[in-house]
Amino acid sequence: MTVTLDGVPAGATFTSTTERAAAATRRRRLRIGLIAAGAYLTVLLVAVLWPAALAPGDPLAADPLNVLAAPDGSHWFGTDNLGRDVWTRVVHGAGHSITIAVAATAVAVTGGVLLGLLAGLSHRIADETLSRTLDALSAFPTLLLAMLFIAITGPGTVSLIIAIGLVTLPRHARVVRGLTQLVRRSGYVEQAVTFGLSRPRLVLRHILPNAIGPIPVLAVIGLGEAVLIAAGLSFLGMGPQPPSPEWGAMLSEGRNYLHIAWWITILPGLAVTATVVSLTVLGRHWQARLDGRHR
Amino acid sequence: MGRPPLRSVLRRVAAGVVVLWVAATTAYLALLAAPGDTVDTLIGDGVDTPQIRADIIAEWGLDRPAVVQYLDYLWRLVHGDLGRSYLLQRPVAEVIGEQLAPTLILSVAAATLGVLLALIIAVVTAGDRRPWLRRLSSGTELLLVSTPSFLIGLVLLSVLSFRFGLFPVAGGADLRALVLPTITLALPIAGLLAQVLRDGVDRALDEPFVLTARSRGLTERVVLARHALRHALLPAVTLAGWLFGTLLGGAVIIEQVFGRPGLGQVTLNAVTSKDMPVVLAVVTLSAAVYVVVNTAADLVSLVIDPRLRRS
Amino acid sequence: MGDLVSVEDLHVTFDTPTGEVAAVRGIDLTVAAGECVAIVGESGSGKSVTARTLVGLAGRDARIRAARLELAGTDVRAHRPRDWRQVRGRVAGLVLQDALVSLDPLRTVGAEIAEVLATHEIVRRSERAGRVGHLLDLVHVPEPQRRARQHPHQLSGGLRQRALIASALAGEPALLIADEPTTALDVTVQAQILALLAERRAAGLSLLLISHDLAVVAQIADRVLVMRDGRVVEQGPTERLLRAPEHPYTRQLLDAVPSASSRGRRLSATTGPARTALPARPEVRRGDTVLTATGLTKRYGDHTVVRDVGFTIGRGETLGLVGESGSGKSTVARIVAGLLEPDEGTVAFERTPWTSVAERTRRPLRRQLQVISQDPLGSFDPRWNVQRVIAENLDPDISRADRTDHVVELLHRVGLDRNLLGRHPRALSGGQRQRVAIARAIATRPSLIICDEPVSALDVSVQAQVLDLLADLRAADGTALLFISHDLGVVHHLADRVLVMADGAVVEQGPVGDVFTYPRHDYTRSLLAALPALVTTGRP
Repeated sequence: MTVTLDGVPAGATFTSTTERAAAATRRRRLRIGLIAAGAYLTVLLVAVLWPAALAPGDPLAADPLNVLAAPDGSHWFGTDNLGRDVWTRVVHGAGHSITIAVAATAVAVTGGVLLGLLAGLSHRIADETLSRTLDALSAFPTLLLAMLFIAITGPGTVSLIIAIGLVTLPRHARVVRGLTQLVRRSGYVEQAVTFGLSRPRLVLRHILPNAIGPIPVLAVIGLGEAVLIAAGLSFLGMGPQPPSPEWGAMLSEGRNYLHIAWWITILPGLAVTATVVSLTVLGRHWQARLDGRHR
Repeated sequence: MGRPPLRSVLRRVAAGVVVLWVAATTAYLALLAAPGDTVDTLIGDGVDTPQIRADIIAEWGLDRPAVVQYLDYLWRLVHGDLGRSYLLQRPVAEVIGEQLAPTLILSVAAATLGVLLALIIAVVTAGDRRPWLRRLSSGTELLLVSTPSFLIGLVLLSVLSFRFGLFPVAGGADLRALVLPTITLALPIAGLLAQVLRDGVDRALDEPFVLTARSRGLTERVVLARHALRHALLPAVTLAGWLFGTLLGGAVIIEQVFGRPGLGQVTLNAVTSKDMPVVLAVVTLSAAVYVVVNTAADLVSLVIDPRLRRS
Repeated sequence: MGDLVSVEDLHVTFDTPTGEVAAVRGIDLTVAAGECVAIVGESGSGKSVTARTLVGLAGRDARIRAARLELAGTDVRAHRPRDWRQVRGRVAGLVLQDALVSLDPLRTVGAEIAEVLATHEIVRRSERAGRVGHLLDLVHVPEPQRRARQHPHQLSGGLRQRALIASALAGEPALLIADEPTTALDVTVQAQILALLAERRAAGLSLLLISHDLAVVAQIADRVLVMRDGRVVEQGPTERLLRAPEHPYTRQLLDAVPSASSRGRRLSATTGPARTALPARPEVRRGDTVLTATGLTKRYGDHTVVRDVGFTIGRGETLGLVGESGSGKSTVARIVAGLLEPDEGTVAFERTPWTSVAERTRRPLRRQLQVISQDPLGSFDPRWNVQRVIAENLDPDISRADRTDHVVELLHRVGLDRNLLGRHPRALSGGQRQRVAIARAIATRPSLIICDEPVSALDVSVQAQVLDLLADLRAADGTALLFISHDLGVVHHLADRVLVMADGAVVEQGPVGDVFTYPRHDYTRSLLAALPALVTTGRP
């Protein structure tokens, strides 16, 4: 029963209008979040593809007369210890950071889908072996496993991509394996067997499309995670080497001036956060739509 | 709650041992798969003399068949022998042992704080009693989960230490120095756990048994605490197992940010100077921690949910 | 003394994102002390909402309006949450369907019952354990002390439903509201639970029984209210309502119930004139067997789920397979469908070996044997619309241009319109989905269709339509059916012969009339005795 005021049964209209208004507000707020995320990601895409459109300057150009300047009209994000414009470096850094994340996610998703499908479709022993191996790989903290890889290969952009790809691969593989098995045991696949479909047809027509359907959503959310891991590793000095404007590396360089110039560190950091938040909002919204469709 | 039968406990422990074995093997294979001579890999940036090379070959049994090498490696591992750092000229166990305590203290403190925060947030914001609070907290959680932990640390440092001078900027000596690193490490954990807990509570509140419980005349608070929260704990315990298992990784970065002694410094030095025995040991140790914590989480789930005890 | 429940002109509406939905539109309801009143209706009739409104649990989005809403003489319209808590469990207890999910699965049943005792301070703490045992004893749970320490999943369906009833009785309420209390249960267990409710009522308890099943409530109710679309269309003493229903909807509901007496006539008025004869059954040629199963046995570990099951199905014959849950009937269906290999025994389909052969060998004959499952939605690829779902099973030789026409024709045969072609099965009603599944199955003109509980999830009037449809199609195509059901009435209505299974073995088989009229086996007798029968004799 609804709220009652002064002993009057709350049958009256105010409940319905307030609750309907609340639902509308919820939807509007969701849409605003989605629009904001989309807008940010669009700007980010421009920064990756054509950074000069947003920041025509040179990210490496030092200005010794204007070091550690606080944000103002001419330097939106201020300047760093060498007098380089932080806004320009953040914009140009997007290319490095996002490329690393996208490439790493591509490695993880491709490998994960292949391994996951293989495990999900094969018989018990092969599946068990693969799954146990994936379990064991998940037992390493991602950051440490990536560091092990980089210790062997040495730091650099390519090592970073492969390291992040490899450490996030098991999770994708496990999800795809679970989905594949779910689809394999589903009513519609069993029904298709009674139609006399051959096994290759069964896999191609029903199992594959349904098992990899949610992958794009996972990839979007995984992309956010890759951005985070990349920032962490570069922060520790295991990514692109200075003076490349990479977000994690910028954070690492800036920390020594944190007490006098917070903007060198915090503003690039916020770019990372905004990217991950936007990707997560987008991924969750997409996921919710998929779930809604399948219910 | 009752006691889970021995068989289901043993099965979980056995599964943990298998994962641990595969993890150790993976680390070993990574060493072998490294490009170039294994001896070179093990030396890393250390001094390279014929004497040291001979030592390495003897210790790792590189002159013996591959199977013997591998079994020997496992044998040493089982006995807690993590090998020798050729760079530092010391046993790895000693190097790690010295620095383990600060990292463990930080991890345990952060885990405790994270769980407490998550429980409070979830209980206060679950259901649809205070929609504005719920929105506020889910927005904050999203922000915390999406922010690199070291950035959280840097922001805290910048505000609380540099601006207001409340906490020391670096060091690990006193308890005050533990506060900011703990909060930094705990916040993302709290964010993630609170999300899962609240989702779980919300789902449980829609279940028929909650309707039954309400039909008995219970207050909403009792329905929440006695019925819904226990159901929400199940996924949260599994997630917590994973989170705590990977805390060691997060601690590495946070120790850097706050200039704390600990495994983080050891690991970072080892990686940059390619001190492979130390790197391998840290990675294997972290996997062991993960397995132990996750097995514990599995056992806690067994206690919470009697349905899992069926074989 | 006044009525325990007194409701006049009750309206309940819900605010949903798509607008306001009226669930209850002005009903009157009274329950006198010691009376058993039943509300009967199909899904969406508003019967459950009515029940929950009486304990203030209609939901947060519910808006309630009533000229009178009294429980035990108290006006509850202005009740605050605190007041409601005094009502719940103490004045009225609530029992829901399926105790496996209606009791907290993480707590022992003893703790659940004790919770009521503690909340309403019925007995002192030290006496609670004793009272829990007493309550379990009251609902005839054997070994009450031991059972109190067990969790719901450790009890059988019947025992945990009893425990749920015990927890609702713990606060010594004068009224018990039971919402579909026997729906998830096997027929013999259902009979026991109904007997238990009748026994409590004899001890002075008032009962408000909510059910979709007229036959169930007929067993114990004094009065019946028939609800449809939020309104009470008819009410009256049970016996009168069943014997001489006044409202067409009540009559339609009664006609829709399949049973021995409904054999050979239509159940639904929408598929043809009501109560008229169905088309003649196809000529059964027992000598010409479509399928022969011999000595089927299936084990999982050391648990034998199917034991030495054998039968034959003649061309055009409908074989009913009945049994309670866990009897192994669905496993037999999967073996016959060629989805599961038996450990022992063989199946021959169209005189060709069907088990212990490679799937490749079965494939050419697959089109002759089709399967309709209980959950049609789960049997459709979630990405596909109605057209693709049906077209998948068309003869591959049919040209692309003709395929749509064929699908439309199949839809027409199952009574669906072509404008459903592009619709997604999720957007269809349960009955429409099952028709699509049937259309897909008959696309190949099979000689045998396995129907695994095809109408169990449907409302009785929709079930009637689907059963009529199956009878029509069977007559037109001469298709044999293996019809699996837990509902003896459905099987009696439709089948030529019947196979009764218990604990994985066949206990009895023969022509439907013989087995159901002169059961030889004790188990069949107990099933029939438990079957709630509608006493509708004397009706024209």
